[in-house]
Amino acid sequence: MQDNPDDLFYTESHEWISIEDNIATIGITEHAQAQMGELVFVELPDVGDVLDAGNEAGVVESVKTASDFYCPLNGEIVEVNAGLLDNPAMVNEHPYAEGWLYKIKIDKPEQVEDLMSAADYSRIAAD
Amino acid sequence: MAKHTPLYDAHKQAGAQLVDFAGWDMPLHYGSQIQEHNHVRDAASMFDVSHMGVLEVQGHDATAYLREMLANDVAKLTSVGRALYTCMLNPEGGVIDDLIVYKLNDDWYRIILNAGRREVDMAWLQDHCNAYNVSLTLRTDYCIIAVQGPSAIEKVIATLGESWQDISNLKPFHSLMKNDIQVARTGYTGEDGVEIIVPATQAIDLWQKLHTAGVEPCGLGARDTLRLEAGFNLNGSDMSEVTSPLVSNLAWTVSFADATRQFIGRAALEAEQAAGLSTQLTGLVMKEKGVLRNHQAVFCQGEQVGEITSGSYSPTLGHAIALVRVDKNITGEVTIDRRGKQIPVKIVTPPFVRFGKKIFNEE
Repeated sequence: MQDNPDDLFYTESHEWISIEDNIATIGITEHAQAQMGELVFVELPDVGDVLDAGNEAGVVESVKTASDFYCPLNGEIVEVNAGLLDNPAMVNEHPYAEGWLYKIKIDKPEQVEDLMSAADYSRIAAD
Repeated sequence: MAKHTPLYDAHKQAGAQLVDFAGWDMPLHYGSQIQEHNHVRDAASMFDVSHMGVLEVQGHDATAYLREMLANDVAKLTSVGRALYTCMLNPEGGVIDDLIVYKLNDDWYRIILNAGRREVDMAWLQDHCNAYNVSLTLRTDYCIIAVQGPSAIEKVIATLGESWQDISNLKPFHSLMKNDIQVARTGYTGEDGVEIIVPATQAIDLWQKLHTAGVEPCGLGARDTLRLEAGFNLNGSDMSEVTSPLVSNLAWTVSFADATRQFIGRAALEAEQAAGLSTQLTGLVMKEKGVLRNHQAVFCQGEQVGEITSGSYSPTLGHAIALVRVDKNITGEVTIDRRGKQIPVKIVTPPFVRFGKKIFNEE
């Protein structure tokens, strides 16, 4: 059973969200990185892009598969983890820390209520 | 119910992630596919490929029978222990399976069948053996352990003992058999190494001894990236029952030399050759970040000219590579469609890597 930090929010598409003031930091979960296998390529959104919840934000690729990741909240991209472009395996090693993907400025704070808790997410990621 | 090789428990104990492979639970990796790949290029690793079939063809007519069934000519095997790579074709010239055939004596051959084709191969071979004095036996009492890498030979001798010193002198596609263990200088990685066909009763012991000697287990994930770097085709991806060896970069495996040998598929291949080949199987490299994937479409000046048959990431080269089936005269710079974007790629002649080094020509 994996450890999904209690202080984060989660999505059914295996993203995690950390919220501080009106900035959300987004990554993929331990479960998602384990299913993908070692990442060899990460495609990040551009700073300044404005995305709606559910929009494709980028792609992670491992040797065996490619997987889109989705923006969980409406907002504007304010920062991306550019270090991943040269070291995508950081997502595998530290999915909840140095392996974060991008940050957005939250446009609709009420959407946070639609996100999942660690307990709920752990149930769908337990297969 | 998934099938297990006799080494299944050893894989589980080693922490393998097991996946279904043609009905068998097989190790995809034991932790890191990329590290396993690199260990084969740098040292020596072992693969359990016991899901492949070990078929023995025995009898007075074994040679004549295989000369009809196989596109390469087993008559080339002029001494005991020698091996050749061949396709088995249908009458339309399509590839039923690709095989390695070992000659054990004049009336006895051993043939390695791809795991996913065992049943199809057996049915086809049995359907065509009535006119011959041969018997076909699938030796499910054997395992196959491939040991591959620059230090593979040294490690295998250290494990099997001094009496096996001779394998250091074995040429590629030659094998030695002693006490029911066959060691062949063959493989699917582009490195030096051997494949060991060993009685199942001795396989676990051999696996453990190899591990003690420093040979690391390697999963089928790395086996795939290794074979792709080496430019080796994967049956079902790079060729199939609807593609001939002539358009699958395997013309070299077809023997037309004996004009009187009517192997199955010969007439179709001769007709295809006479009509002119319309496609080719060749290589692609992508220097952009990203990974080439099976079935991505290939474009030249806006027109689709083919499709990737095996695409992946090359850990040795640090960029994506692929085998691709494209129209005959396509060369140089082309593009692939990735999620609606055209990405520049280049056609190159495989293999991409041999003995740990890049070998394709970029110009």
